Amino acid sequence: MLSFNQDCWFVRKVVRWRALASIAWSVLLLPATTTLFVFLVRFSLFHPVEWISECFGLLMAASTIFSLILLCGVVLVIGFFNLEGYTVVPSIPCSRVALLAKVLHPRQCVHSLVHCTVGMMVMWCASVMAGGRYQALGSPCTRGESADAPEVCLNEYHVFLLLAGAFIGYSHSFLGVVQNMNYVSFQIIQQYKYLRCKGSLPWVLKCSAVQSLYAVRNYVALYFFFGHIPRAWISNSLNLPIDSSLHSLDSLTGLLDFSLLYHLWISGAFLLLTWYITVLLFRIYVTEAHRFPVQSTFAEDAEQCLPKVLSEKRTPIMKFLALQDLALLSQHSPPRRQEVFSLSQPGGHPHNWNAISKECLALLSDLTQRLVAHHDAVASNGRARPPSATSDTRTTSNSSVSSAVVSGTEDLPQTPRPSVLLKTPGSVFLKSSGRGISSPLTAPFTPDLDSPFSTPSLRHLAAQQVPQQGQWLGSVQSPHIIRRGPKLWSTSTDSQANGSALASPVPTPSSPPPEQKSSFMAQWLQNRKEQVKGFMAKRVLVVYLFNKLPEASSQALFADSQAHIWALEGLSHLVAASFSEDKYGVVQTTLPSILGCMLSLQEAVDRHFKLPHASSKPVKTSCSMGDSTYKTLRFALRAALKTSIYRITSTFGEHLNAVCISAEHQKRLQQFMEYRE
Amino acid sequence: MCSLALFPPPLSGGQITLYEANNELVAGSSPDCYEKQHWDPPSLNFPRETLKPHSRPESSSKAAFLDHKDTLWMRSAGAWYMLAYICSFKELFNHCESFSFNCFFLTFRSDSAIRSFAWHPHTDKFAVALLDDSIKIYNSRSATAPTLKHRLQRNVSAMQWKPLCASALAVACHTCLLVWHVDPSSLSTRPSSGCAQVLSHPGHSPVTSVAWSPSGSLLVSASPVDTAMMVWDVAAENCVPLQRVGGGGVTNVSWSPDGSRLLAATPSALFRVWETRMWTCERWPCLKGRCQSACWSPDGSRLLFSVQGEMVIYALTFSDMTGGPKSAAVVADLSETTFSGIDDITVGGEVQSLAWDPTGERLAVLLKGSSSHPAIIAVFKTRSSPVFELLPCGFVSGEIGAEPRLIQFHPHFQHGALLTVCWSNGRISHVPFYFVSVGRPHTGGSPPLPHITSKIEDYSTTHTLYTEQIS
Repeated sequence: MLSFNQDCWFVRKVVRWRALASIAWSVLLLPATTTLFVFLVRFSLFHPVEWISECFGLLMAASTIFSLILLCGVVLVIGFFNLEGYTVVPSIPCSRVALLAKVLHPRQCVHSLVHCTVGMMVMWCASVMAGGRYQALGSPCTRGESADAPEVCLNEYHVFLLLAGAFIGYSHSFLGVVQNMNYVSFQIIQQYKYLRCKGSLPWVLKCSAVQSLYAVRNYVALYFFFGHIPRAWISNSLNLPIDSSLHSLDSLTGLLDFSLLYHLWISGAFLLLTWYITVLLFRIYVTEAHRFPVQSTFAEDAEQCLPKVLSEKRTPIMKFLALQDLALLSQHSPPRRQEVFSLSQPGGHPHNWNAISKECLALLSDLTQRLVAHHDAVASNGRARPPSATSDTRTTSNSSVSSAVVSGTEDLPQTPRPSVLLKTPGSVFLKSSGRGISSPLTAPFTPDLDSPFSTPSLRHLAAQQVPQQGQWLGSVQSPHIIRRGPKLWSTSTDSQANGSALASPVPTPSSPPPEQKSSFMAQWLQNRKEQVKGFMAKRVLVVYLFNKLPEASSQALFADSQAHIWALEGLSHLVAASFSEDKYGVVQTTLPSILGCMLSLQEAVDRHFKLPHASSKPVKTSCSMGDSTYKTLRFALRAALKTSIYRITSTFGEHLNAVCISAEHQKRLQQFMEYRE
Repeated sequence: MCSLALFPPPLSGGQITLYEANNELVAGSSPDCYEKQHWDPPSLNFPRETLKPHSRPESSSKAAFLDHKDTLWMRSAGAWYMLAYICSFKELFNHCESFSFNCFFLTFRSDSAIRSFAWHPHTDKFAVALLDDSIKIYNSRSATAPTLKHRLQRNVSAMQWKPLCASALAVACHTCLLVWHVDPSSLSTRPSSGCAQVLSHPGHSPVTSVAWSPSGSLLVSASPVDTAMMVWDVAAENCVPLQRVGGGGVTNVSWSPDGSRLLAATPSALFRVWETRMWTCERWPCLKGRCQSACWSPDGSRLLFSVQGEMVIYALTFSDMTGGPKSAAVVADLSETTFSGIDDITVGGEVQSLAWDPTGERLAVLLKGSSSHPAIIAVFKTRSSPVFELLPCGFVSGEIGAEPRLIQFHPHFQHGALLTVCWSNGRISHVPFYFVSVGRPHTGGSPPLPHITSKIEDYSTTHTLYTEQIS
């Protein structure tokens, strides 16, 4: 994944070093966790002195040192995967089949496989350190009566632990996908790394213990039913007979061994703890605020300056950190604000402020566009809408999440073109099928509410519409339908289907205007498609898989809203500070556009929250490493938006009446000035 | 250093302080005896008897209010839980000298029907929490006074309106933190409990103090039994616990008006001042007792606080240049003073609470009463240049038999400062202080004056003393 942003100085100079530092610290923490593990796993209540001396002896032993070296390797692998897989914009599957596709993606399969292997390695180390009956794969056989009995038998306890390692490794990888564990969220307050780490450690400890408990429960159940298969396979392939005088572990008596379960739980917690610490340190390091200079005296550093960095689209982490830095500087440091308001030395242009405000406004208006488009799509759900919408989305399907930020503004000039009207459903469908990426099954990947399976009646209606498409399209005058551009958020689901949220950064150029001549062919294909959909929609499993998850589309719309929140905070604090600090009045020139942008976003957000599921709160997840802050980002955005407008109105007060904005916005602004919103 | 001996003597014989004008406190015999010029906040009265008694701490009626849909086990567990809470409170109260549910126990003293009071920071609107666990909101613009009730809204100990927002009110409750969103344009008198957001964190209850950041983005809540204080992103409902060793719980949090610092008082003889950029803290061990109350100057550079067991006000001055103060300075002495007049009046004592008006010119100090003398409010004038000092202004007294319980300044009174006082008899009154603020441009040249001037006769003697002090 790093391949495409090799060229970015930020990844080269900052992110990698941060990742390296986090891995180094997780390696340094390994002896501590190992010591803790050894003491817990060798715990004996009745021989405390023996227990302690034994543990200290074990910590010095060569096998433990070797295990530690092995664990270091494991941590390196995990850290590498963290660096490769992290994202600041979560990918949110909008249906179960999308989630399934995410889990079964080759990239994810490699991830799972590596985690299985690495989990087995950790468990091998754990079993070596636990000693006793878990020590080795082979153990001397117990039956003595038959002389031809082999000397060494298979030690099932060892196998049990190793398989547990593989299982926990896989479940870690699986849960990582389901809970978006690779999503890195930013904290609401700034703290020093050490303090933040110290504060989170108890939580991580608790988390690994709880998750290990769940994993043990699942694993024991699994082993009870299917344990004999891997056991027989290993015993055959390694030519180690199974000791029949012992209880086999896939029986009730074998599994109801308390000390076995305890050791399994502790080992699982140890495994998860080392991994979670790596993840935690990585998150802490990578989200640490980075200070970008506002302006530089040297030309070669210009690309590292805040205005330049903000407009960068290819490296989301850099853009996010730059926005965070903007929000922080606007709140906390007057000297840096002065730099933002300053004029360029020859010429006297406010380049810094212009670049920053333009970028923030572009971000916000992009979100407004997205919301309007989504709202129109949903609002037209009640009416018959051309089935093209689903294939429509495919025109941007190659663009990635990072380009979603761009494409909103790109679509703007497109939308008023009458040629959009000519984009008949059939022709778009033809074109996309010509590309070979279309299949009827891909339609539900899009988070549109008009999934054919959710509204069979509508599908019926739409199917009836097909023959008279020409008239219908001619009669449509609604600007909503004309304006409906590509569905930007569909890109997020699409990119997760590719398994990478940071996939190819280049947005596809907009498709050429479709040809009219192929419309008959297109209609025929459309009919077939509808028939297939109708057939599939009757199957319960298919409906289950393809039905949209509630509020997922809402979450997907606001997936990158942390950037918008910072843009709002940064802008509003800068504008509020400009009241007293802006000597040359550079902010005044952009004040109308800032207010207009915020107010239209406010309107769009208000409308969005009137949709079903948009204002329902997500269920709180209990103890898990997956970060679920993205689920509530839309609420945070709504609050930040209101606060930002209030910040400007309360600072400027009556002066805002002199600002030129449209009458509608003026009315809305008046509501804010009277504290009635 | 200022002391109470420099004050004009307190009123006697049922006189009520009405307002301040021309540097004098004007008294009258009834609260309605002067003509009011501006918007007049409603003076409310909540007699204890009018409140529904369902939440009074009478154990006999407890059983009736356990949910009878629950099973027997759940009911008994609930009852046991309640009992355990009451016991633990009593236990703490009896054994731990430093126990400090500051305003919590003030309201628990059950003589006042008002538990908490909060002005809205931007509009003429305030919320009053009553003993029956309901909150009433009064607005200058609308006649409807919505009443907020929620299943979890029990033992309200603090409230604060969100800055830069019209509608959000954070309420510190017994088990959780509630954030009400009361639509200001709604005509409903009973907003549904769906308008309230419930924020809870395991181990973080009872919540006794809340503080919004002045930028409106963060909310800090504190509980005396939880060593961590929580920093909430309310909209996203996620929180960051901030924990430091020592102190054992946080009783009171207060954000400096410029948002750069946060005071966190603990139940032991220690308080912390956090800086809110990187969230590191300074420890301030007090020698005598815990920090009883504190308030920030409007520019956030100065902190006044009082310590339990001492009758003085301390000041800490923060500045970004020098790296913070090294020690606290005593700025006022509040030891007991007897004014001899027609009948001897004794005032003074420990500080119950402090309030500083938003222009930074008046400081109201609520002095704890004792068996010999009642609680009283002393008002100081404050001056920050050339040196910081407190100058006497006067005592605010209410009706006979009524003691002040809560004091708060109106956040944006146009003509000076407006002090709102909640009295023990359930009355809420407002005392305006008319003056021209130094920070404000002089528009008319003289402060707006009320028309009626009724002076006390024996005021002139102390008047000279007080002008001497000023010059």
